[in-house]
Amino acid sequence: MTVAAPTPAGPAPQPAPDVVEETGERRHALIVSGLCFLAGAGAIVLFGLNSSFDQTSTLLLNPRGSTALPELELPTKVASFALGFGAVALGVRALRVRNPRITVFFGSALGLFALTLVIWAARDGTGALYGLVAGSLQRATPIALGALAGVLCERAGVVNIAIEGMMLAAAFGAAITASASGSLWVGLICGLGVGALFGAVHAVVSIRYEVDQIVGGTFINIFALGLTSYLTARVLVEYPDLNQPGTFRPLAVPLLSDIPFVGPLLFNQNVFGYLMFALVFFLAWALFNTRWGLRVRSVGEHPRAADTVGINVRAVRYRNVMLGGVAAGLGGAWFTLSSAGRFDENMTNGKGFIALAAMIFGRWHPVGAFVAALIFGFSEQLNDYLALLDTPIPSQFLLMAPYVVTIVVVAGLVGRPRVPAASGKPYSRGD
Amino acid sequence: MTDTEPAPELAADDPLVHAEAPRDGGIGAFVLDVLRSLLGPMLAIVTALVVGALIIVFTDPSTLELWGSFFSDPVGALDGSWHLVHRSYRALFDTSLGSKRAIARTLVQATPLILVGLSVALAFRAGLFNIGGAGQLIVGAMTAAWVGITFDLPTVVHLPLALVAGTLGGAAVGGLIGFLKARTGAHEVILSIMLNFVALRLLDYALTRDTFRRPGRTDPISPEMPSSVRLPVPIDDFRVHLGFPLALLVAWGVWWLLQRSTIGFRMRAVGANPHAARYAGMGVAATTVLSMAMAGGLAGLGGTSILLGSTPRLTGGFFASVGFDAIALALLGRATPSGVVGAGILFGALQAGATGMQVQTSTPIDIIFVIQALIILFVAAPAIIRTIWRVKETRLGAGQRFSAGWGAQ
Repeated sequence: MTVAAPTPAGPAPQPAPDVVEETGERRHALIVSGLCFLAGAGAIVLFGLNSSFDQTSTLLLNPRGSTALPELELPTKVASFALGFGAVALGVRALRVRNPRITVFFGSALGLFALTLVIWAARDGTGALYGLVAGSLQRATPIALGALAGVLCERAGVVNIAIEGMMLAAAFGAAITASASGSLWVGLICGLGVGALFGAVHAVVSIRYEVDQIVGGTFINIFALGLTSYLTARVLVEYPDLNQPGTFRPLAVPLLSDIPFVGPLLFNQNVFGYLMFALVFFLAWALFNTRWGLRVRSVGEHPRAADTVGINVRAVRYRNVMLGGVAAGLGGAWFTLSSAGRFDENMTNGKGFIALAAMIFGRWHPVGAFVAALIFGFSEQLNDYLALLDTPIPSQFLLMAPYVVTIVVVAGLVGRPRVPAASGKPYSRGD
Repeated sequence: MTDTEPAPELAADDPLVHAEAPRDGGIGAFVLDVLRSLLGPMLAIVTALVVGALIIVFTDPSTLELWGSFFSDPVGALDGSWHLVHRSYRALFDTSLGSKRAIARTLVQATPLILVGLSVALAFRAGLFNIGGAGQLIVGAMTAAWVGITFDLPTVVHLPLALVAGTLGGAAVGGLIGFLKARTGAHEVILSIMLNFVALRLLDYALTRDTFRRPGRTDPISPEMPSSVRLPVPIDDFRVHLGFPLALLVAWGVWWLLQRSTIGFRMRAVGANPHAARYAGMGVAATTVLSMAMAGGLAGLGGTSILLGSTPRLTGGFFASVGFDAIALALLGRATPSGVVGAGILFGALQAGATGMQVQTSTPIDIIFVIQALIILFVAAPAIIRTIWRVKETRLGAGQRFSAGWGAQ
């Protein structure tokens, strides 16, 4: 290693902080480019070498019943090699990059690997690429909304591992009120209300009573699971009419929805899809461009300083945790009012924790969290895609991928995420 | 509320409580001290049961009808509610502590809870929040199952081998969390949550392999553990397997480790103040890895005790909920081994009785999870209990802080 400064024998002197920073970034760049090389080599060895030149992959680009675009036919072997070398090229490029955006390289290389897998799995067959992308977006919706709930809370300095419980409670509340009132909109609003209520509970417990925020979150998760399961057995089983909310229908945006591929994908969604996109971009703008956003971030980074300049720390935190509850409530209502059309015991099934992972993977940024949610949604949807094509890859490992990737990210292997500094610490003036 | 009393009594009878008592002062001072330390948890349990009773009353259709005519017949509404709650909690009590068989069932249920609870408590004392009990106990049970299925040995060798394997399996997962935390500063809660899901998927995968599948079957259920690895039941008409005394022994071991050994002192020092511990020359990183590995081992042993005791086959999601129950009971037991034993028996009674309650009164079993969640809340926020019961602050003690936020690395 000629890069590292020579260290004299004996106890090492404390290196200057910027040197630590420098070697740390260097290490991250090396690791990221190593991972990119790995992805590229994986794509070439696993898929490029395991296919022949006369094989072609056919990918469908249209939703069912549409013929807007022709089928895409790719030579499997050539495409696998090209994409594999693309990932390797990213690895070479990553060596020269020195900034925290290096995660993008890691993500892109993973994406290329996944794309190669998608093409390879469809060799000698037909892969429903549109269905894969649309399904990923569908599955990403609740994850992204949950992750936004996490962003709202943690940017203000309150750890929220209760997203799961909030979503589950909101899913239940939305189902039962929509069924009782006969109106999906009433159900949606009540779902948001239940989310806000659980957010308020989390806020009171962690801000007013200063309970350890992880203990408080665990309380909400167990409480919501117990209560909804209890009420399901007690009420919904006896009155099945209360568990038939139905689902929101997609609303096509005129003209825009006629664009091939993108149109049906983005402009023919139901209310949840539009709200999610609106929320992602609104929060990304508001957190970094408005007075509100500045206040929230200052409370999350340095509450004492915020207090000194006259910001009411506790009020900001209360508001944000409740807003986070609303976002989680929207994500929860998705399960009953957009996806299943009924409530089932423990139907969120860990999605709230995936949302937590997405928030971390997305570095506490709304757009990052959304992209992470898309990746996680994709890894779930890929299962269905591969099952249809009869590919011998155990689905459990694909489902494991989001968690493993999150561990890689929090372990700082691809650049340490910048956590809001005061996250998890209660604030009181007497401290 | 007769059913709330046994657990504190059991905890008071526990030799471990005596062992931890202050040496100075007479027996009277000691009893007073024990009672004082039990006041908070007892009030938490009572409050949780009262809230649970309210939920039972106001979700029961026939009782709600009585409340509908409250103004014409207030006595009827109150009477009906009382009867409903009384019947439910009575059934809960009868099927958990009401007979010899019921007590045996409670103790069997309590065994894994105590072991995994000790895991969470041990980590707490070292300043770590082990929310990964679920993953650790699943991996522990998987390794134990592998040993159980693969080898054909006499019980004397096979059973200890399976127990050790289960412990090591859990310890590997816990150790990995500790290593990643010590090495990279990643927060153990995030790592644990992620590894919980990895372990769940790993189990799902294992159950699709021939090793973990019954011959000729494709459903994801492992073959039954052979009798040579099953925990024996020493007394014929009191069906508690050897796991329960083993758990008590382990609890004593954890107490000894924490209070009497150098390693335990180091762990508590790191837990209390890592900076001071580092200044005193203790290896904070090594202690973190060791603490998480030991916590993982305890959880792995807990999972193994289910597999070799009450439920001798692996299924999808194998008792993952015990990992979360354990957090509740470690909080309730104030992260002391004796407290965990008492809380474990209480939760064992709740879970053993809940099944009986559902059968006898059709009150769904899930109400006990609501009660457990409320116990977590009330133990963690004594201020709420103080407000409700108007107890002075000094008699309950302040709330504990168990973990640092993500930011405080």
